[in-house]
Order: sequence, then structure tokens, then C-alpha cells
Amino acid sequence: MNIVVLVKQVPDSSMDRSLRSDDNTVDRGSASNVINEMDEYAIEEALRVKEAHGGEVTVLTMGPSQATESIRKALQLGADKAVHVLDDALAGSCAVATSRVLAAALGQLNPDLVLCGAESTDGRVQVMPHMLAERLGIAALTGARKLTVDGSTLTVERQTEEGYEVVTASTPAIVSVWDTINQVRLASFKGIMAAKKKPVQTLSLADLGVPAEEVGTAGATSEVVSHRRRPPRSVGQRITDDGTGGVRLVEFLAAEKFV
Amino acid sequence: MAEVLVVVEATRELGVKKVTLELLTLARQLGSPSAVVLGGPGAADRLGAQLGEYGAEKIYAAEHEDIDGYLVAPKATVLADLVRRVQPAAVLLASSQEGKEIAGRLAVKLDNGLLTDVSELAPDGTATQVVFAGSTIVTSRVTRGLPLVTVRSNSVTPAPAPATPTVERLDVVLGEADKLARVLDRVAEQKGSRPELTEASVVVSGGRGVGSADNFKLVEELADLLGGAVGASRAAVDSGFYPHQYQVGQTGKTVSPQLYIALGISGAIQHRAGMQTSKTIVAVNKDPEAPIFELADFGVVGDLFKVVPQAVEEIRKRR
Ligand SMILES: Cc1cc2nc3c(=O)[nH]c(=O)nc-3n(C[C@H](O)[C@H](O)[C@H](O)COP(=O)(O)OP(=O)(O)OC[C@H]3O[C@@H](n4cnc5c(N)ncnc54)[C@H](O)[C@@H]3O)c2cc1C
Ligand SMILES: Nc1ncnc2c1ncn2[C@@H]1O[C@H](COP(=O)(O)O)[C@@H](O)[C@H]1O
Repeated sequence: MNIVVLVKQVPDSSMDRSLRSDDNTVDRGSASNVINEMDEYAIEEALRVKEAHGGEVTVLTMGPSQATESIRKALQLGADKAVHVLDDALAGSCAVATSRVLAAALGQLNPDLVLCGAESTDGRVQVMPHMLAERLGIAALTGARKLTVDGSTLTVERQTEEGYEVVTASTPAIVSVWDTINQVRLASFKGIMAAKKKPVQTLSLADLGVPAEEVGTAGATSEVVSHRRRPPRSVGQRITDDGTGGVRLVEFLAAEKFV
Repeated sequence: MAEVLVVVEATRELGVKKVTLELLTLARQLGSPSAVVLGGPGAADRLGAQLGEYGAEKIYAAEHEDIDGYLVAPKATVLADLVRRVQPAAVLLASSQEGKEIAGRLAVKLDNGLLTDVSELAPDGTATQVVFAGSTIVTSRVTRGLPLVTVRSNSVTPAPAPATPTVERLDVVLGEADKLARVLDRVAEQKGSRPELTEASVVVSGGRGVGSADNFKLVEELADLLGGAVGASRAAVDSGFYPHQYQVGQTGKTVSPQLYIALGISGAIQHRAGMQTSKTIVAVNKDPEAPIFELADFGVVGDLFKVVPQAVEEIRKRR
């Protein structure tokens, strides 16, 4: 099975994140960047499908040059090769444009199965899998907490507000995963050594046949007008329980009209 | 006045979800609200009264078994046809998983920008979003096409404004590409009668400090007394104390209730990401240094196994 995993590099969520003051885009330069956490579960699931059913795992990422660090990590974990869409004109791309570019790249890779994270921690937009499915005319099984592959039939347990749905489709299809789907592995020493020799192909917008003016800041379909730090919450009241903590808590709730 | 399309979310037991009533309330400030019901046969009939009560002037009803039978794509197709025809002033959806997914497909179909997780929307289309774990406030707008916006629950106070909606049935014309992801089964998991986590006006969450799945009964008891939903930190979920769909935080749900009570939760940045915009925050934690106290309007430094049972008893006494 030809499997492609979408991997996005994002600013580390445990560090302070910000937008740039010049163009209001995510500050990727000064932030410490990591693989979007949910994508690690997509990589793991891709490796498991390959181990069970055979095939090849290709990492696909669109992002600035430092995204090679994330690609490297995915290769160390066991992906076979990578494609990095890298072009200065991509800076500031909105979700609509990003989906255009990733769809063009997927069109060249011709996968049976595309795996990706359910959402990214920077934008939390949760739209990419359905945007790609729409463009490619393939099925999207999103929010998976379980994936079963039986020949060309994919079945997913999709996590919902009320419980879950069992959803099925034939390949080619795109599946997005939550962190409940598996336990991710750590890179082995052998994996780290092997990654050094794995091929990483760089594609430009021209290679993909996507006009530069339709992506990046120039082609954006939405814009950030302004941004500011949210004012810190005012300091509240704190008590130490002296045996009446529960009662005083309820007194507070009553004063605020919650009881 | 131009129409504003509101995509309806509903459940079988409770009817129209609160977030949809919030969207109708918001839509009234932008134009004339039209509710769009996308569902199986008979889906719209039982929702009409509630939608009218909150100001829907019109109800578009697209009812077809394929809308329920396949994931998301049929809804986006029907909605795109409707948008092309009525040229609304804006399209509003809930910032739920499905709301975002429909919006994503719609954006591609219409080559239209989209904004997700919006907390305010001005009549000129300027949207406000709180990003990066609640640390940054952004204003933004769609620059190509109409404002296509998904709105976070609890951003607007739903207010009734009775109207008598006209109902228009929509033809459901689907293509092959809409019927690729087939729904085989829908399974409801235990939740009892509690409100949905993202919609609840009170959320009581437990963390690792709660200690066990069994002890979560204490969290549930307090939640039930306050008419709230139960949430959990990731550490509590990872330890198997509570199911994942109740996780609050960066990799879980974002909640913004009137009252958030954190029991035995340290307040790591990834947890704060999901609850920081709550109106009132209360914390019980035995560690006076726990970062959750930086956010708390009222904090009790103490053992939750002493404080919470006492609070439960006190609430009962006051009734
Ligand atoms: C990429 C990423 C994403 C993440 N996403 C999320 C997310 O979505 N949601 C989330 O919650 N976390 C998330 N985390 C994890 C987060 O960093 C913390 O590890 C987690 O929130 C800790 O949960 P906790 O507060 O329950 O546990 P702990 O940090 O272990 O805190 C337990 C607290 O309970 C207190 N306590 C113990 N016993 C008692 C008692 N008897 N009475 C009173 N207090 C007591 C302790 O003093 C302590 O402060 C994420 C982490 C990463 C790296
Ligand atoms: N620039 C990108 N490069 C590769 N994958 C991406 C990119 N943006 C989004 N994705 C994938 O789409 C998923 C959902 O992202 P989002 O819709 O941005 O929340 C992510 O978890 C990634 O797997």
C-alpha cells in the first residue's frame, strides 16, 4: 500500500507563541518548532499499516526550510522517504491555499492511503483532511480513534461528541487521527542511522504547477487585521483549607449566583 | 435585509443544540437569519418551533437518507448549492468537528476564505479569535468571498426573538464523490443527562489528583449538583480515569463556560489552552504552587477529598 503521511511543523505549544508584528503571521522564526503532536500518531499509524500490509510510507510536508527537522524525525521513526514542498512564495498561506498545494503534491504521489493529524496545535482548524478530500475527490474518514485495513476497505471508529461512528470507505482515502489511536514509538539507533540515507525530495510551486500568486500572502483568502496579547486574568482570592474550605467554596459560588 | 445562513446542529434527544441558538442570536445582528437543517427524512419538522423561537425567518430543509448515511460531504454539497443561489451575507456554523469539516469543504467548493473558532463577529465581517492557548486575541476577516465562519460555543448569550419561519424544502442532488465515506453505525457512549462539554455553562473537571476512575464519581456528583458537564485533564484521561472525549485542553475540547471548576489539576499550559477563557474559574489543589491558581478567581489550597464532599454537602443543605 502506498501511504502518505502529512506532517506539519508547528511552534512548540509548551513555549510562548506569538504572531509577527510586521505581517501578523505565525512567528515560526523565534519559536521552537516541533512536529504537530497529532501528526506523530499519524506517522505511527502509517508504520503500523505498512508493517501489517506491506507498502511504502512517504512523508509530505509543506513548510519553511527548518521543517526538514520534522521530516528527519519522521524518517528516523521509520518512514521510507519524504517530499518537502518548499517555496518562498508559500509564506502566509491560508488553509484554502495550503490545501491546493498539498492536493497538487498528493496528485503526484498517487497514494492509496493518506494519514494526517485530526488538527494542528497552531491553527486548530481541523479542516485540511476534508479540504484535500474535496479537491482530490476521495473519501475522508476523519477523527479516527481506530483504523482497520482489509484489502482496499478502510473502516474507522470516528470519535464524536456523543460517542463514535463507524465509517467505511474504499481506497484511495484520507484518514485523520486523534492521539487515542495508538501509542507512538521512539526512534531506534538503527532508525536514526538509516534515516541519513533516506531520500528527501524538494518540490517548488513550479514543480507542482501551482501559480505563486494564488498562494502565500498574495493569494490569501482571509487576513489577520490585528493582534494583541490577551490581558492576564486579575488575581483572585485564595484560601487555605482549615476545615471549612468546602463551605467557603460554596459561599463563593453562591455570591456569584451559581448555587 | 440579506439572509444569513445558520447551519443547524441538533441531537435526537435534545433537539436544536444550544450553539445553534447562539448562532441564530448572532445572525440577527448581521441580517435575516435562515436556519439550514441538513439531515435524514423528517429531520426539520421537530426543530421548527425552536428555530422560530430564536428568530429564524426561514428554514431550509434538506432531508435525505444519504445526508445521514454518508460523512459530511453531502451536507457541504447541498449547502454550496444553496449559497450559490441565495448569495447570503454570511454563513455561520458551529466550531464543532463537523461544523469545521463542512466549512472546509464549502471553502474549497466556493473558493472562499474561512475563519474557525471565532468568538465575536461584527456586522462588517470582522471576526475575533482567541489563539495560542488563550494568550493572544486576533481580529481577522475573510478577503475572498463571503464571511464563512465557525463560531465557538458559549461566545454569544442565546436570546429568544420569536419569528414564524417559512419552510423551504431543498432538492438534494448528490454526486458520486459525496457518497464515498459511508456511515455504518452510530454509537452513543455513556453520558447520562449531563449537558455536552463544549456547550455547558458549568464544567467540573478532574485531574490526576482525583486518583482513580472510581473517584471521578465525586467530580460527577459536584457537576450534577451544579447542572454541569464533566471534564478531565489529559493526565486523568491517560491514566484511564475518564474517557478521552471529555478531555479539556490543547488536544481535547476547548470550553468557555460561565464557571469552570478544576479539581486536582495542576494547570499546565496545554490544559489552560482549553479553559482559559472561562468566565469564572475555581480550583482545588493541595499544592499552593500549582499554576492553576494563577487563573483562579477562587482557589482552595487543600485536599479535594475533604473540600469537595464538604462543598457537596453544603450545596445540598442550601437547597
Ligand atoms: C502536545 C501536548 C498536548 C497536551 N494536551 C493536553 C490537553 O489537551 N489537556 C490537558 O489537560 N493536558 C494536555 N497536555 C498535558 C499537560 O502538559 C499536563 O501534563 C496535564 O495537563 C497534567 O494533568 P493534571 O493537571 O491532571 O496532572 P498533574 O500535573 O500531575 O497535576 C495533578 C495535580 O493534582 C494535585 N493533587 C493531587 N492530589 C490531590 C488532592 N488529594 N487534592 C487536591 N489536589 C491534589 C497536585 O498537587 C497536582 O497539582 C498536553 C501535553 C503536550 C506535550
Ligand atoms: N503545511 C502542512 N504540511 C503538511 N501537512 C499539513 C500542513 N497543514 C496541515 N497539515 C495536515 O493536516 C492536519 C490538520 O491540520 P489543520 O487542518 O491545519 O488543523 C495536520 O495534522 C497535518 O497532518
